[in-house]
This record gives sequence, C-alpha cells and structure tokens, in this order.
Amino acid sequence: MHRIGVFVCWCGSNIAATVDVERVVAEAKVQPGVVFAQDYQYMCSEAGQNIIKDAIRTHALTGVVVCSCSPRMHEATFRKAASLAGLNPYMVEIANIREHCSWIHKDKEEGTEKACVLMRAAVAKVTLNVPLKAGESKVVKRALVIGGGIAGIQTALDIADAGFPVDIVEKNATIGGRMAQLDKTFPTLDCSSCILTPKMVEAKANENIRLITYAEVEEVSGFVGSFKAKIRKKARFVKEDVCTGCGVCMSKCPSKKGLNEFNMGLNNRSAIYIPFAQAIPNVAVIDKEQCIKLKTGKCGLCEKVCTAGAIDYTQQDEFIEEEYGAIVMATGFRPIDASKFDEYSYSTCKDVVTSLELERIMNAAGPTGGVLLRPSDGKHPHSIVFIQCVGSRDVSGRGKPYCSKICCMYTAKHAMLIRDKYPDVEVHVFYIDVRTPGKNFDEFYRRAAEQYDVDYIKGQVGKVYEENGQLVVRGVDLISNEQIVLNADMVVLATAIEPDPTARKVANMLTASIDTNDFITEAHPKLRPVESPTAGIFLSGVCQGPKDIPETVSQAGAAASKVIGLLAKDKLTTNPCVAHSDELLCNGCSCCEKVCPYGAISYDTKLINDHGVKENRRVATVNEALCQGCGACTVVCPSGAMDLKGFSNKQIMAEVDAICL
Amino acid sequence: MQRVSEKVIARARELMREGTVNKVAGWKAGEFFYDCAPYVFESEEALKDLVYDRFCAANLSKYMIKNSVAAGAEGGKVLVLLKPCDTYSFNQLLTEHRIARENVYVLGVGCEGMCDIDRIREKGFKGITGVDENADGKTLTVHTLYGDGEVAIDDVLVNKCEFCKGKAHMIFDELISDNEDEGPRGDRFAGVRELEAMSPADRFAFWQSELSKCIRCNACRNACPACSCRKCVFDNDASGIASKANTDSFEEKMFHIIRAFHVAGRCTDCGECTRVCPQGIPLHLFNRKYIKDINEFYGEYAAGAEAGQRGPLINYTLEDIDPAAVSDKGGN
Amino acid sequence: MSVNGNLTAAPAANAPAAEWKPRIVAFCCNWCSYAGADLAGSSRLAYPADVKIIRVPCSCRVNPMFILKAFERGADGVILCGCHPGDCHYSTGNYYTRRRMALLFSMLDYIGVERGRTRVEWVSAAEGARFSKVMNDFVAKIRELGENVKVGDLRCKE
Repeated sequence: MHRIGVFVCWCGSNIAATVDVERVVAEAKVQPGVVFAQDYQYMCSEAGQNIIKDAIRTHALTGVVVCSCSPRMHEATFRKAASLAGLNPYMVEIANIREHCSWIHKDKEEGTEKACVLMRAAVAKVTLNVPLKAGESKVVKRALVIGGGIAGIQTALDIADAGFPVDIVEKNATIGGRMAQLDKTFPTLDCSSCILTPKMVEAKANENIRLITYAEVEEVSGFVGSFKAKIRKKARFVKEDVCTGCGVCMSKCPSKKGLNEFNMGLNNRSAIYIPFAQAIPNVAVIDKEQCIKLKTGKCGLCEKVCTAGAIDYTQQDEFIEEEYGAIVMATGFRPIDASKFDEYSYSTCKDVVTSLELERIMNAAGPTGGVLLRPSDGKHPHSIVFIQCVGSRDVSGRGKPYCSKICCMYTAKHAMLIRDKYPDVEVHVFYIDVRTPGKNFDEFYRRAAEQYDVDYIKGQVGKVYEENGQLVVRGVDLISNEQIVLNADMVVLATAIEPDPTARKVANMLTASIDTNDFITEAHPKLRPVESPTAGIFLSGVCQGPKDIPETVSQAGAAASKVIGLLAKDKLTTNPCVAHSDELLCNGCSCCEKVCPYGAISYDTKLINDHGVKENRRVATVNEALCQGCGACTVVCPSGAMDLKGFSNKQIMAEVDAICL
Repeated sequence: MQRVSEKVIARARELMREGTVNKVAGWKAGEFFYDCAPYVFESEEALKDLVYDRFCAANLSKYMIKNSVAAGAEGGKVLVLLKPCDTYSFNQLLTEHRIARENVYVLGVGCEGMCDIDRIREKGFKGITGVDENADGKTLTVHTLYGDGEVAIDDVLVNKCEFCKGKAHMIFDELISDNEDEGPRGDRFAGVRELEAMSPADRFAFWQSELSKCIRCNACRNACPACSCRKCVFDNDASGIASKANTDSFEEKMFHIIRAFHVAGRCTDCGECTRVCPQGIPLHLFNRKYIKDINEFYGEYAAGAEAGQRGPLINYTLEDIDPAAVSDKGGN
Repeated sequence: MSVNGNLTAAPAANAPAAEWKPRIVAFCCNWCSYAGADLAGSSRLAYPADVKIIRVPCSCRVNPMFILKAFERGADGVILCGCHPGDCHYSTGNYYTRRRMALLFSMLDYIGVERGRTRVEWVSAAEGARFSKVMNDFVAKIRELGENVKVGDLRCKE
C-alpha cells in the first residue's frame, strides 16, 4: 500500500499569497494513497525539513510530495532529508507551485486550482516511483593521453605531477609534435625548441610517465573509470632500449631518398633516421618503405656499423593492452593541403611555400641552416608576399569555414623576423582582417607594421603565377580599390589548419562526438570546454578547436586537472535515473543503440529464460556508468523494453492523466 | 502466372529433395480455393499441397523470425517464397536482426498481382466455385454454380497490388520470375492526399466512421511484419499502453493511432493490415501518410529496400524541418 | 458508455463561454525549457494557468504515446519545449524530437486534431520572457480554436 505524505510550502508569502495552501492540503488529503498532508511557512528550513522527517517516521511514509519551489532549487535538499529519515531519496517528488504557479498567477482561485492539479500530478507520479540506488564503479588510477605534442606533454606532466601514472601514445617516432617544427613563437619571439625540449626531457624523465612512441591506439572499450585500450606499437626495427642515438647509422645509410617529414619534405633523409636532433626518445627508426635491406634483403649496413647492436630487421608490431580511468585526446592538427588552392600555384612553383615550410627554412636546424634562401635555386629572396586566410573563413567548400586563429600572428612574426634579419627584403602581407585578440598580440602586429615597415595590404590575392622565371602576384587593395601586381621572389601561404586526420578515427573509437569540421565537441562549449560529452574523455589542444601555444598549454592543464579530479576518486557514483532494458521484451533490433549519444547500449547474445523457455537471444544491455539518462532510446524501442528510471513511461502517463483529469 | 507457379513448386520440391532445405514456407490451399494460407511444409510429401496462384497474397517474411531460428537449432535451412513486395519486409526484419539469415534460403517468386475474392464477388458473382486465369494474362474466368463469367484482373486486385511497388526483388538467393520491373503501379498516395484536402472536422468524421467498425480482432497486428515484437506493447502492462484490466481506455480508443506510430519508418507498405482486416478498414492510409511525410520531409525512403538501412526515426540531419512547418504555428 | 458525437469545436450555445477552460499540457526538458519556465516565474512573467508543465529529462524522452494520451484524455493542446537545436544537453536528443514530432503532429492533423493544437518550441534556460510569450501565444491559439474534438471517441461512433 502507498503511504504518501504531501507537504505544502508557503515560501513565506511567495506561494501563500496566490495559492490557498490550506486548500491544497485539504485536496491532497483526499488523493488516493495520501495518508498525511501539512503546510508550513518554509519547508526548506531546518524546521520544515524536520516536519518531513518526523512524518516519514511517524506515518511510515512510502513516498513524499513537496509542493514548493522548483525542483532545480530544492529537490536535492528534500531528497537528503527523506534519506536521513530512512526513506529512499528517489521516493520524493516536487510539485513546482512557486515558479510555475504562484509567481505567475495573480488570481488566487486560479493559482490554487492549478497548484492542486500540480500536486495531484506529483502524487500520481510518486505512487509509481521505485527506490533507486546510485550505482558505483571503480576507477583505474591511470590515464591515457593520445598525442605527444605540447598539449599531450603538458597534460601528461600535470597528471604525473599529481602522482598518477600516465601513458602518452604518439603516432610518430618522437614526441614534440608541431611545436617542435616551429622556429620562434609569437609574441615573445622565444625559440620554440628552447622552451619545448626541456618539457620533452621532463616527460621522458618523469617516472609516472610512460612514452609509447611510434604507436597508435587500435581499440578502446569500457567507460569512465574503466577503459581498456589496445595499443599497436609499430616495428621500428631498432631496439629502443639499446640504441644510443649516436647517429652513425644515419650517415652510413645508402638510401637517402626519403622525404624529411620534419622539414615538411623540403629535403631528404636516410632510410634509418632520428627525426631531429632533440627527438625523445632519441632512438633511430627504419622507414621500411625506403630501407634496402627490408625491401630486397641486401645491404644491412646499419647493422654492421651499429656498435650497440640495436638493429633488428625482424622486429614485429607489438601490442600493449592497458586499463585506464580517463583518456585525453590531444591529437592536434596539420596544415591543410595548399594544392587545393592552385590559383596560388603551390603545386607548380617551388618558391610558393606554406607558413610551416617557411618555419623550417627559417630554423637553424632546418634544411638551409636557418638562412633565408628560396627553395627553387637557393638564392636570397628580395621580395616576399604573404597571403593570409588560405583556406580559412572559406565557405565555398574548398577550404574551412572557420578562422584558424593563429595565422595572423605567425604571419606578423614571419614578416617581422625577416625584416629584422634581412632589412633588404621587401615584405607584403595580403589580409582580409588582422585578428589580434590576445595578450600583447596587437602591440606585436603594430610593431611589425610600424617599426618593421611590413607592407600590410587589405585585400585578397586572385592569382599567383610564374612569368619568365618571375613570380607575379595579382591582387586587389580594397582600401585604395586598386588592382595590384607585385613581383615576388617567394610567396608564403598562411594555410588554414585542420584536425589531424587520425582525430576522427580516435573519436569514433572513444564515442566522443565530433563536429562537421572534425573538431571534437565539448560537453558544453562554455562551461565544460575540456570534457567530451562522453564521460571520462577529455580534450586537450587543437583537437577541440584552433589554438595558439599558450591557449593549448592552459587547456592542457585544465584537462589534466579534470583527469586528476576523476582519478582522485576511488569509486564513481552513477546517476540512478538511467535507462534499463527488460531482456524478456527486447527484440534485439538495435534501434536504441543507434540513437544513444554515449555508446551506453551494447548488444550481446544471452541465454534468456522466458517463463521457462530457454533460448539464446540478442538483447540490449545498458551500461549504467555511461548512460546519462536522456531517454532517447526509450522512444525508439518498438517493444517498450527500454524504459527510464525516475521518468518511466507509466510515471509520465500518470502525470498526463492527473493533469487532464 | 501459371508458368511461374509450376516452376516455383517444382523448384521447391527439388530443393527439399536434394536436402538444400528441410522446410518450405509457402502457401497451402484451404477449404476454399481462395483460402491460400501461410504454411510451413516439413516434407517433400507434404509439398503436394503447396500452391502459388492469384490468391497467395499473404506475406511470409514474418514467419521467418521463428522459423529461421528453429531451422538453425535443427541444423537445417528453411526455404521461403517471397514475392517482390514481401522482400522489403524480409530486409527490414534483417535490419532489425530478427531473422537468422544464414538459415534461410530465399526463393524470389515472380508476381503479377494478387486477387481479392471480395472484389470478385462485388462484380456480381455468386456461388463462386473456382477461378482460372485466362491465357491473355489479363482476365479471369470465374466459375460459379450458375455458370461461368469473366472479369478483368486489374479490377479485382487487392489494394496492395493495385499500388504495386514494382516487380523487382530486393533480396533473394534464387529467382524465378518472368517479369520485367515496370516500377510502381498507380499513385499510392492519392488516398492520403484526398484526406489531406478535407477539413479537420471531416477528417475526424471519416476516421471515426472507419475506426468505429474495428472489432479489435488484432488481425492487422498479427499479420503485420513490423508488428513482430516478442511481446506487444498492448499485451505488456508495464508499457503504460496496455489495459487488459479494463481500467483505462487509452489502448481501446487509440489502438490504430498508436500502432501506426509504432511502425512508422519501419513499415514497408506491404499492405497486409488492410488486406486482412475483416471490417475493411483502410488501415494502409495511416501507414502511407507516414511514408508520404517521411519522403517529403527527409527525402525518399523505402523501408526494406536494403538490409542495414538506418531508419528515418533513428536518424536526423542538422537541416531537418522544424515541426513548426506542420504544426503551423500561430495560423491555421 | 456515453457517446459524444459532437464534432463542433464551439461550446454549446447555452453554456456561458467562460466555463470552458482549455486543458494544456506542456512537456519541458529539464535543462533548458524547464529552467526557462522557472526564469519566467522568477521574473513574474505571467501566462495563463491553463498550462500545466511536466518535467522530462530531455525533449527526446517524450514518447508520442504521452501526447496521444493527453489528447485521448481531452487535452485541448499539447506543447513540447526543448533546448534549441544544437544546444541539447545530451547533444542530439532534440534532433530526434524534431523528427518524431513533425511526423506525429502531421498524423494528428490527419485524424482531425487541428494543426494549431500541437506545437514544439525551443526555449533556452535564459529565455524566461520567451517562455512566457510562447505560452501566452499558444493559449490564445487554443482559445481561438475552442474545445478540441474528443479524440477518445475515435472508435465510438454510434
């Protein structure tokens, strides 16, 4: 039998002025199942809560309805009170007679009538409530960071500093990512390597961090607190723990035709190589597409010259399986393919380069040793034209609709550095807008334009072409409204950036949602910017959206703090208002699985005992740790096997009934 | 259809004899010649009762849910005869993981349209003893106690064949068909459009008049391949819809409206609901309304055109129309 | 069983018009629209008491059965409010809602429940004023349409 208590709050005069609370109490008393009803000035006060607690004990209440303010305000308060009195907290329902009634109605008769209806609906619902218990799940105290650029490194360092073990999985042979390729950083112009490499070394040295380089995450299962990942460690053909990084193999290797990825393909490297001098781990790797020994079985020079005996041509891919409590995506970005914008002749003229290529040309460790030389003939250029927004803010479909955010600043940096080192070089910059919203950013840009005399031209370039061995840039100056034709020795394209192509695959594996541009979606764009809607998955760096280094580092730290907060817990309590499937009713149709935004539903073939008949059936199971309780699955379930605890079909129908009485 | 019919029956026997299948789901002649009911034959001997003629309208797809599982348990295979329109239902059930495909041998059978005995009777024939298809393939000779007569097949087709989806099979392991696919026949949404053109009050009156005929025999539900839940919501007290205790009138009053939504996006328009209704309620008008709306709102979609499709109600695009477009916010 | 075959929307001529009060059910998602309704309340932005709100976690929790039930029970209007498309707390819930409701409302219209009686509105937690306006508009529309057909009588013609 139901024994329901109804408690009507006056909220001082907030409710009592427009709702006749005594009449609501009288009406409550005649509702089926109601054994007790009382009103009080402030139900949320200590004294008010005591009235509820006493009534639960004295009248052995099985359910409580509080007619008061919004459940968003005090549902938790009243649930806690009920729980203290020994009643399951989920046996409490709130009738919102303040925000949805007394505050918006002036006529007391009308207000009272409506309050009675809302009370009735809550009573009807609570008679169908069942005690719920928040579940618990374990937390594996280890984190996985996917991506070893500055974002991944920073996140890992912060997590490790808090005392938790963390694995970085990096697809390349070294950590460091894009930042390692940069020359100087805006707006301070400090050397990128000088600030990054110490962090790389720190990551290597930190005993809580395990670096798994030249590796990719292949499979992820599980849920927040308890993920399982399978990681493929690709064969390097070099024993990582034996190689000393001396580099003799590189100099002796006869196959030197491989494009040097680190230098954006501007020069070549040997088949056995260390990506760059400060690589971590400082271990060689064999490019199996270039290696003569691996392709033909002949050669084997590197093995002969390696005094450490690190070369192993028989090495196979290895798999690592590990459990994690939290996963951070730090998959980063790449510049878009500039050959899509062939009006700038990128694919035909060697002296048309992307900004990242220019970074390498300017870098002391780059292909030209840091001397500004143009790629076609290695001569010193006298005039350079920069074109901004190549593929950014492009709604034509060829490029990206978003602003890549960093290009205005790095172009200003490039222009300034060139003018500083080579005052004889003329520098022109075509721009749509110059966007400099960052600390010391606008000052930096003005310095470039004013002190360094960089020629900023508001306008777009229509065409870049070669004429008699001379690059010609045709554009428009929107301010003077004139056609401009410039001769240039080099053209630099500030290409848009896009998420690394692996991001989509990784996101799918993690059931992290992804936007139309392949950036990972945040749980809330303003309030939960470093979490994915999928619990336990966190976002660090450009995989979430374009960012510069300081922003990346601060987001990396924020992601780390969220991970630490999660790993610090021994157990997670789960929201008990989750979906559940009745196995006897389940058809196995998979509709629910398809609409679940959290990947919380899985299908298994199970032995079902249906009233004595045992058979193997394909049935849905809800993972309560992943389910967030939206209810999308309940509506698509044709058989009604799927229902939502706390908001069941019957409960909501009962409310409808009570309102339409 | 005579030729196809002979080939189909012969092939079914052959497949049974050579052991490719150990069961055959087909049609068995009943007490009257037009009573061709679904039947699962378990021996070559039993197959002497297998028929395939102008009265084999029943869609056998739904029977594969239980029979495919049962066949697997016995280590055998079941042969099912599917007409072009039936293959949509079969595919839809595959999409919903309801059929163990590996245990089914699908024999696609050609079809030139099924006839409705009631429509023949409406032509004035009484005491019908038999019907023969004439050589022209367009007319039937109707034998009655009072002599023979002739009727055009086009005039006596069952509703679903009047609006045939086409002669192409969407799935089969083997095909016996002489037909070329001429695409869909007639405008199947004409009836829906007619209703849409009425005033709301007239529409209500129309449906009230039709649905009041319903005797809740559940034939529509039982024949419908989409209505194949292990336990129907109308039989499940926890669904909030069933009301066997007779304390709630929701199920009783809204049965067809609820049923129509339940199969929306999954209904292949196989027409079985209307065909089996003993009261002649045009139930397909509900299903076709949903299909028409889905096509208009979200692009052409044919449930069961291929297995594994993502249905329109478990899908979305960012550009979907707002319900305001149909609820006609503010105006009327 | 009493059978009311009266199809006319207007109240009986001899009954005073004030007696009829529309029964309106509003389903509101917990994260946006329910909070928007709270904000309308705390901003004292009035709307008629005919509107009774049922809280659901997400607009996608609203089973068309709930709406059919409301109409069967004699509701004169049903409105469903959720987060704006793109802002769903559960990221995709309201996209499914959008499809379901478009189809359901079209079907309701098809069986004779006028289009104006069903509505989906996207109201954010910050849109208290909009919540109030939406409800005022909706109630005005229902009053204009008058009493609804007795959907529950669909199978009860004499």
